[in-house]
Amino acid sequence: MSVIVFTLIILVGAYFAGLIGSLTGLGGGFVIIPLLTLLLHVDIHYAIGASLVSVIATSSGSAAAYVKEGITNMRLGMFLEIATTAGAMTGAIIAVYIPTNYIAILLGVILICSAIMSLRKKAEQVLKQQNGWATKLKLNSSYPTANGTVNYSVSKVGGGFVVMIFAGVLSGLLGIGSGALKVLAMDSIMRIPFKVSTTTSNFMIGVTAAASAVVYLQRGYIDPGISMPVVIGVLVGALSGSKILVHTQSSGWLRWVFAVVVVFLASQLIYNGIIGRI
Amino acid sequence: MQAVIGWVLRIGVIVSICIVFFGGVIFLYRHGHEIADHKKFKGIPDFISTAGGIINGVFAFRGQAIIQLGIVLLIATPVLRVIFSAIGFVLEKDYLYIGISLLVLLIIFISMISGHAG
Repeated sequence: MSVIVFTLIILVGAYFAGLIGSLTGLGGGFVIIPLLTLLLHVDIHYAIGASLVSVIATSSGSAAAYVKEGITNMRLGMFLEIATTAGAMTGAIIAVYIPTNYIAILLGVILICSAIMSLRKKAEQVLKQQNGWATKLKLNSSYPTANGTVNYSVSKVGGGFVVMIFAGVLSGLLGIGSGALKVLAMDSIMRIPFKVSTTTSNFMIGVTAAASAVVYLQRGYIDPGISMPVVIGVLVGALSGSKILVHTQSSGWLRWVFAVVVVFLASQLIYNGIIGRI
Repeated sequence: MQAVIGWVLRIGVIVSICIVFFGGVIFLYRHGHEIADHKKFKGIPDFISTAGGIINGVFAFRGQAIIQLGIVLLIATPVLRVIFSAIGFVLEKDYLYIGISLLVLLIIFISMISGHAG
């Protein structure tokens, strides 16, 4: 396969990965790693490096819009970034010592879990009860809604922090944003309103990915020939996804389609990992 | 402050993607008809594996060096965002969060050094 054909295939694939990733809120890394490794037989280290770079591009791009709207809780994000960056550094360092087929299996398992979690019903919750640590760390905040500004409190700061370390390790190890896990921690443990937890998670993903990308960059995992079409394709795809999302509300069936696709790709990863082909 | 941070993120992404795209065009023009082979991990070409190498490559107009420059800028974008947040907390005299921002920067810095050693 010539370089130009290889680049075009990745561009198209990355475009759809970015599009679907932004429509479902799972991010583009989920489809791009299986695409590169299973279809194009790219070494999984290069795939992870390229995916990390695309994660930084999409999360920074969309975070820019959310931050301006004032939904993102920047103090909460900054505080939890201590956990995610420390985790991401650890993940990137141990990635070298883990055989690639184990990485593929783990990625497959995480993909399936995230796809199932994306099908969950999301109820907007607002906690009013004040909590000692959250008050000390000035994490309680407010966000704008259609019915005016809503104040909310944050619970179980310690529990959320620990899950964030784990989310960081997965991000550094597998080259994904691990947004689903971050949202789960903020949503279910810290009891933060859903809109705030998704935008704050997105805000943190870029820094988390950067903390492991600096390791991958120096190890030579980020290859320009692969990263270039991946990052451009995913970013343009994510942009068109956000345009579609504004116009249509019915992304329910799309979540199901995507969940099926992800489970299929994930089982391929697990299968190839077990027989040692990756 | 929120407006400034939003602006830093947006400009960072736009500038780095444009550089990646520009480098990509040069790279494909020069190497488009070679055979793509990424089956085995063998690192990246020597001339872009150091900061000095990338800069020299950019001045020599080498596509891969220009792409890598864009990617380095992209990785630097969220880090720059943390620096700007820290400045924002300095202006608000929020000492707790100045400390937290600096701690995040320190972790990223340690990560960078550990990658160098590994």
